Amino acid sequence: MRTDDTAGGSDRDTRWDAAKFIVDARGRRCPLPIIELARRIGEIDLGATLALWADDPAADLDVPAWCRMRSQELVMTRALPMGGTAYLVRRLT
Amino acid sequence: MGNVPAYLDHASTAVLHPTAREALLAAIDDGWADPARLYRDARRARMLLDASRETVAGVLGARPDEVSFTSSGTQAAQLALLGAARARRRSGTRILVSAVEHSCILHAAEWHENAGGLVSTVGVDRFGRVDPVGFAPPPDTAVASLQHANHEVATIQPVAAVADLLRAAGVPLHVDAAMSLGRIPVDVTALGADLLSASAHKFGGPAGVGILVVRTGRRWVNPLPADEREGGRVAGFPNVAGIVATAAALHARTAEITAEAPRLAGYVDRLRTRLPRLVPDVEVLGDPDPAGRLPHLLTFSCLYVDGESLLHELDRAGIAVSSGSSCTSDTLTPSHVLAAMGALTQGNIRVSFGRESDTADVDALLTVLPDAVARIRERAGVAGL
Repeated sequence: MRTDDTAGGSDRDTRWDAAKFIVDARGRRCPLPIIELARRIGEIDLGATLALWADDPAADLDVPAWCRMRSQELVMTRALPMGGTAYLVRRLT
Repeated sequence: MGNVPAYLDHASTAVLHPTAREALLAAIDDGWADPARLYRDARRARMLLDASRETVAGVLGARPDEVSFTSSGTQAAQLALLGAARARRRSGTRILVSAVEHSCILHAAEWHENAGGLVSTVGVDRFGRVDPVGFAPPPDTAVASLQHANHEVATIQPVAAVADLLRAAGVPLHVDAAMSLGRIPVDVTALGADLLSASAHKFGGPAGVGILVVRTGRRWVNPLPADEREGGRVAGFPNVAGIVATAAALHARTAEITAEAPRLAGYVDRLRTRLPRLVPDVEVLGDPDPAGRLPHLLTFSCLYVDGESLLHELDRAGIAVSSGSSCTSDTLTPSHVLAAMGALTQGNIRVSFGRESDTADVDALLTVLPDAVARIRERAGVAGL
């Protein structure tokens, strides 16, 4: 699991720094990024966050849908400089 | 339907209607000559063509001279949209489309944009429906395009309300009726359509015939080189036999749908009720109100399921359906309709019934699907997630 968050820059929201870890699902196709997310969310405490990295175009839709179906919170997203998207997800249940 | 025990993809293409098959075979013999010529066989082809036009116009509530036949529903939609935009280019260059239009509309809009025009996209709610006020046209709008009903989630659009709003602003509306014609009543005047397009193979006609309606008095200029065929709207030798079969299919469908629609709606209702009980973590999409959707079509998504694997599992059991999941598309992107709705896209399945469908098809799906989903989830190791 990669932990080097290479997306620096002054406009970056500091909430990303509180993420417990990064789940790097880049290169994995639907539905694998969501399965990775579901597997790892249980490893963090209620109220804590993790970051999911994915470059599958379906993740843009399926991450919010999964959060809705599983009553978790998608806090925010940002584009990754090397391609793909980071999703900051908070565990609520 | 060949060897498929459960053909549940009538929204992709319907089985050729038996009445259309008879008409097609007869018209291949009787309507082969050039309808533009003046000898006996040509006059007979002309009569068949004119009679077909009158039949189709009658079903749609249009005048025969408002109806032209194209080589596909896509061609009809392209001609409708781009021809209206061309005629109104001095009023503006903007085309308004909904985000959930069929790809042929979006491709035509993109083509218009690449040629220097403007395109605005109107978003939808979670059922895939536009809010009519979204179609309030900016002053530079040439034409707007809205489907009668959505091809992936069956949602019926508020077309008449959109038409009223556009008419007040003097902007013409093209209605894509490809998914609704032959399934529910379609009347150009009731819809308020200035232009309308449809596709024969969607309602039991043959492939290779589209229907284009341009209402009298609406400005329209052929965006392609024209000849004398089809009132100058569609160039090239007409497919007379296909057109005759199209009219026969549409006429037959118009008589059938009153009894058929409630029967197919019953199948859809059964799936809507049973699927969430039989399959954990399934999201049934579209309008829960039957009045807000087409009767014959249902779409759902299954969490943690690869859509392509699910299609293969169902295919092995003889069940033919389609999917909007990214892994089932050539471009590996999820369906733009599901995207616009904000719906779950993985494990997506569209089931669509037709006149040949029966309860055995529903039984087959309800028997095979829960196990197929469970097997795929077991292989992926997602139990308890």
